[in-house]
Amino acid sequence: MAIDQDTVLKVAHLARLHVSAEQSQALAGRLSDILNMVDELQQAEVDNITPLAHPLDVSQPLREDLVQPADLRDRVLPLAPASEGNCFLVPRVIE
Amino acid sequence: MTLHKHTLTELKALLDGGKVSARELTDTFLARIESLDGELNSFVTVTTEQARLEADAADAARSKGEAGLLNGLPIAHKDIFCTDGVRTSCGSRMLDNFISPYDATVVKKMRAAGAIMLGKTNMDEFAMGSSNETSFYGPVKNPWDLSRVPGGSSGGSAAAVAARLAPAATGTDTGGSIRQPAALTGITGLKPTYGTVSRWGMIAFASSLDQAGPMAQSAADCALMLQTMVGHDVKDSTSLDRTADDYLADLDKPLAGLTVGLPEEFFPASLDGRIAELTRETARELERQGAKVVSVSLPSVKLSVPAYYVIAPAEASSNLSRFDGVRYGYRCQDPVDLMDLYKRSRSEGFGDEVQRRILVGTYALSHGYYDAYYLRAQKVRRLISDDFARAFEKADVILGPTSPEVAFQLGAKKDDPVTMYMADVFTIAVNLAGLPALSMPGGAIDGLPVGVQLIGNYFREGQILNVAHRYQQATDWHRQAPAFGGDK
Repeated sequence: MAIDQDTVLKVAHLARLHVSAEQSQALAGRLSDILNMVDELQQAEVDNITPLAHPLDVSQPLREDLVQPADLRDRVLPLAPASEGNCFLVPRVIE
Repeated sequence: MTLHKHTLTELKALLDGGKVSARELTDTFLARIESLDGELNSFVTVTTEQARLEADAADAARSKGEAGLLNGLPIAHKDIFCTDGVRTSCGSRMLDNFISPYDATVVKKMRAAGAIMLGKTNMDEFAMGSSNETSFYGPVKNPWDLSRVPGGSSGGSAAAVAARLAPAATGTDTGGSIRQPAALTGITGLKPTYGTVSRWGMIAFASSLDQAGPMAQSAADCALMLQTMVGHDVKDSTSLDRTADDYLADLDKPLAGLTVGLPEEFFPASLDGRIAELTRETARELERQGAKVVSVSLPSVKLSVPAYYVIAPAEASSNLSRFDGVRYGYRCQDPVDLMDLYKRSRSEGFGDEVQRRILVGTYALSHGYYDAYYLRAQKVRRLISDDFARAFEKADVILGPTSPEVAFQLGAKKDDPVTMYMADVFTIAVNLAGLPALSMPGGAIDGLPVGVQLIGNYFREGQILNVAHRYQQATDWHRQAPAFGGDK
């Protein structure tokens, strides 16, 4: 399936990627190449086949929901591009 | 014979016998990295001082009789594993400034066993690539021919081991990222059964496919590494809780009674005849040792590349949404608002291939396309898994080529994603089914290594390591080293 520039721009917005109009043209070509290859899947006979999400079909293990000490603030906050006090800083969201 | 040429297993014997110290060994490899890696670019970070401290601590532990399984053995970690206090870049500008505040479980386990970390190896950005050319830190060169790629995504680990800059390294394999570079550089690399090695602290690409594994000169070396890497981890919800296997115990077991399956689909008419012949010659060697060779069929494997390029990008688009320019990693200059901060931080922090895969994944999961792409790919994944289940009714192990070609020229496929994706045509099905598989050197074409792949049934890592070890006892392809670094 071919995808056009408008679709590229819509998907880029969903993925929170900045794509310019010029880039979207080249990307539409590349992504169409990939999707055309992927379209081979349409020839598969998959009626009544159960999708496989985990290779070993094991169930999700459950554990007690216990509070674990994880006092890493002093190590984690310095990794942020911008922080103040105990907060991450971002551009103003609420006027 | 100089120290760096020895296998990990031989080095362990030298250490255990008191013939060499951890410090001496560590300094040997650090010196090789210092003098040779400028040309190869296999390391992103070399942890020289830390390695020396760890080596001294390993020697001290040994003198107190407290030597772990890997005591004093220098290794390298793929830069996808978080390492406490050391930059963990994942080959990306996004994490160029990221100093991990904790160790991945794999790193922690190997450290606890006494292994010394020499540094962090180069890789395709976020493990997305088959040539190591998508790295923010530039391509890695293949030590067999510096104009060629080492494969990817664990290309730095593969090149470092092949050039004897490290006796062993960790890698990760989502669609072939351990086995394909192992094949292209003439080393042995193993991807374990999904869930065997903890993924905690291993930066996620496609969570239902990602597995870590060992890369080294020989199957015996991989067994030694794997023994330390495996085990249940409550921090990884897909980590399996099962009794530990002993991968070293059965290495020498004779092959009499073993049935080896050759899948006809792994020998298409389009395959390089020389690679097909070397693979069949490997089967004949196993036959000489008492194995029986049969033909098996994996008809749905032809759909593994398309299924993978829906599932892996879909999972990647979700996993990589965490990189938002807020909590860690790259942030763009002067964002005008929060949306601008997200979008520009991500488009400036991620390279082209990573962005392409995020877009494909987002598209495949978006409204109206989920059934046509993701759900259908998950169903095809079941067909592929069922094919293997039927093949394992006839054969104990499956043998085929690892890669359809030897190492290709740098730049040859860089701008053509679909052609690049076909580099993993023989490795991807194994990840979709979650099976264990290894690649070992099985010959050479025009001086370039050819890899042969052995696929095992679930949890039969011990069996494929046994078959590979027996093969390596009778052949010396795995002992061949490139002329690079003065080892011819």
